[in-house]
Amino acid sequence: MAGEIPNLAESKLTALVVDDNLVNQMMHHKLLDRLGIRNDVVCNGQEAVDAHCSGRNYDLILMDMEMPIMNGIQATKRLREMGIESKIAGVTTRAEEEERKEFMEAGLNDFQEKPLTISKLVSILHNLDFYVQT
Amino acid sequence: MQRQVALIKQSLFDQGYLDEQFVELEELQDDANPNFVEEVSTLYFKDSARLINSIDQALKRGSFDFNRLDSYMHQFKGSSTSIGASKVKTECTMFREYCRVGNAEG
Repeated sequence: MAGEIPNLAESKLTALVVDDNLVNQMMHHKLLDRLGIRNDVVCNGQEAVDAHCSGRNYDLILMDMEMPIMNGIQATKRLREMGIESKIAGVTTRAEEEERKEFMEAGLNDFQEKPLTISKLVSILHNLDFYVQT
Repeated sequence: MQRQVALIKQSLFDQGYLDEQFVELEELQDDANPNFVEEVSTLYFKDSARLINSIDQALKRGSFDFNRLDSYMHQFKGSSTSIGASKVKTECTMFREYCRVGNAEG
């Protein structure tokens, strides 16, 4: 990948990774770390909701779609019902039009197809106004 | 030794076992995290071994619970996609297609 990797540590952004797959958890955690974004990791939608119920809040949520117990669509809807206004970016391997639409309509601010890369994450941050590319 | 590793790695790319996603992993390795590729790869192998074992057990039982098999495959495909294990990903997709149509022979 050409170009510098931006460092957003100064912006003190926080993020939540919501994914049931261990390898994805590690990857997404590291991607955010690399960009200087402090982040927590949970395994499914229910844990994401619980984290918010216990008072935690994040600037950005990276939400996987297919997860056990509570999936990404249900979790996104629930968080929005709870009044959570964090930016939520859906990340999934399922990119069929119908499913993408359903996921977006649940309350997403952005969507990216997996696998996540540094440039896709920068693109999300740019789309959500967290980062202005120079 | 480094040259040998480089040759093996190139061969994995050439044969389609690895794709450009693996390069992303390497990009994430730095002085602060010098063993990142090794750590993710180790996790991938452990996780995959567990999944393959579960799939094996399910198949041995004889009754084909396609939903369960599909669920395992979804996990396996997810990990493989993230790490750049291209051929594994392709095989998973095929397996899931068999599950979808209920093809036990496949």
